Amino acid sequence: MSPYAIRRLRNGAATGLSIAATIAGVGALFLILGALLWEGVGSLSLSVFTEMTPPPGASGGLLNAIVGSLIMTAIAIVLGTPLGILAGTYLAEYGRYNRFTFVVRFVNDILLSAPSIVIGLFVYEIVVAPAGHFSAYAGALALALLVVPVVLRTTEDMLLLIPRELREAASSVGMPRSVMIIRIAYRAARAGMLTGVLLAIARISGETAPLLFTALNNQFFSADVTRPMSSLPVVIFQFALSPYADWQALAWAGALIIALAVLALNIAARVLAAGRQPT
Amino acid sequence: MSEMVVSTAYLSPGTAAAAPVARAKAIQRLQAGDTIFRLLTLFSAVLVLALLGGVIVSLMIGAAPAFQAFGWRFLIEQSWNPVTERFGAIAPIYGTVVTSLIAMVIAVPVGLAIAMFLSELCPMWLRRPLGIAIELLAGIPSIIYGIWGLFVLAPILQTTVQPALIELFGPVPLLSALFAGPPYGIGTLTAGIILAVMVLPFITSISRDVFQTVPAVLKEAAYGLGATRWEVFWQVVMPYARAGVIGACMLALGRALGETMAVTFVIGNAHRISASLLAPGTTISATIANEFTEAVGDLYTASLIALGLLLFVITFIVLAIARYLLMRLEQQEGRA
Repeated sequence: MSPYAIRRLRNGAATGLSIAATIAGVGALFLILGALLWEGVGSLSLSVFTEMTPPPGASGGLLNAIVGSLIMTAIAIVLGTPLGILAGTYLAEYGRYNRFTFVVRFVNDILLSAPSIVIGLFVYEIVVAPAGHFSAYAGALALALLVVPVVLRTTEDMLLLIPRELREAASSVGMPRSVMIIRIAYRAARAGMLTGVLLAIARISGETAPLLFTALNNQFFSADVTRPMSSLPVVIFQFALSPYADWQALAWAGALIIALAVLALNIAARVLAAGRQPT
Repeated sequence: MSEMVVSTAYLSPGTAAAAPVARAKAIQRLQAGDTIFRLLTLFSAVLVLALLGGVIVSLMIGAAPAFQAFGWRFLIEQSWNPVTERFGAIAPIYGTVVTSLIAMVIAVPVGLAIAMFLSELCPMWLRRPLGIAIELLAGIPSIIYGIWGLFVLAPILQTTVQPALIELFGPVPLLSALFAGPPYGIGTLTAGIILAVMVLPFITSISRDVFQTVPAVLKEAAYGLGATRWEVFWQVVMPYARAGVIGACMLALGRALGETMAVTFVIGNAHRISASLLAPGTTISATIANEFTEAVGDLYTASLIALGLLLFVITFIVLAIARYLLMRLEQQEGRA
């Protein structure tokens, strides 16, 4: 074979393999979504949303888990978002060029991908162990600690995108810096910052590991944040690994609910972010 | 919201000029508000650093009994026995490393191939939808991967892939040990495959972004010399993008090492080191997730927290290297 033919062959092989890899990657997404729809839709019914998690063998739903997830996610967002926004504001507005900002940004980027189960252990150590019992607020705190890096990162990125002229114009009419940030910079970066919050919700609504030993689980309905509370991911974990067919069916239904919610949040965040860009 | 009221008053000079005293007071209040806001943001930024310190310190305190009892032997001891209270971390460490290695062996070539397709081959109209599809893979929670791995992937592997592997490598020396034993479906290999699917999007999306920073002039020059597409990719694009690609792979590795739920579903939770990839094993995170709430006795709990500390330190180092590489890249771009 001539060197030219070998080169062409190599090029053809590489092209073919890269197309195959892309098909495999996109195929994986469709396989997962397909399995979720296939198994999940069959187990989805009105009772999933209206009844409590059942004991093995009885019929029931996921109401307490859904409510528990909503409560803890809401608390986590309320706790984590302001902290993330304020810290992001410092990095982008006050300390843009100093070394401290560099360190915080570096650490935050690491926290962004750090294993969430370690955050669960941390909250167990500082909240659950001293209090002597598992509680929903410990779970919410663990989730809040996962919210902070996401919100911080997007807030900083969005504030950095704001043109300098906007800030200068605000300052030139005598606006103090804090007022300029709150009324001009935040307003200009609003959509991007909201995207960050949506992504943070998407991130924590499927988190299981940090809840396992903070909020634990609860077979009954509870809105009391000082007691253990069930959540969708933990119930899915427990039910999917059980030997009971109806528990496994409920786990699939729960997985479908979470996946749809997370996909919807991701798409909403994407639309929101795209709407802001001139392209 | 006193600041808002004050600021509007401040912006209308007519009223402020009429009363110089009120004006001085208003400015004072503004300055106070300004300082408070600045300190608040600074405090929040410090809190992020404190969070990292807090995690490390609290885990060290929690793990102290285990390290006192076992010393450095904790790292190399194989037994994990709650009854005799003898705990060692080598089996979970081994499982964590092996599953992550399998994931990287699969995900790095596939992820780079997809990135190459997206940046060099793909028709323009298809780039965005395909890119979004790959990124959506990254958004799927790990528990979904877990349930899918357990009920869909594991049975497929058990009935088709694993018997084929056993048959294929059975006669080959050395490799036969890797693929020995009955096909359980769940086990180290399955966990590695699931992890590969999970970290694939990170490798692809970062590499694609890095590939797109390669100046078109470089590629065009190579094409002008008669290079094939593959030669341009391998000899021009890859060397240019090397640091970013390594950063992306390290980031993916960090994710794989720390991933918990998906692995917990399919690893099989057996505290032993098997040569065979088909055998059940365990990882650091899976051990913690499975046993923490049921752990009785201080030494048991402390040993699990010590595992958590190990995991955090390992992933921290890997992620720090990844971020360092990617950050240097961003700075280079900024200068160019």
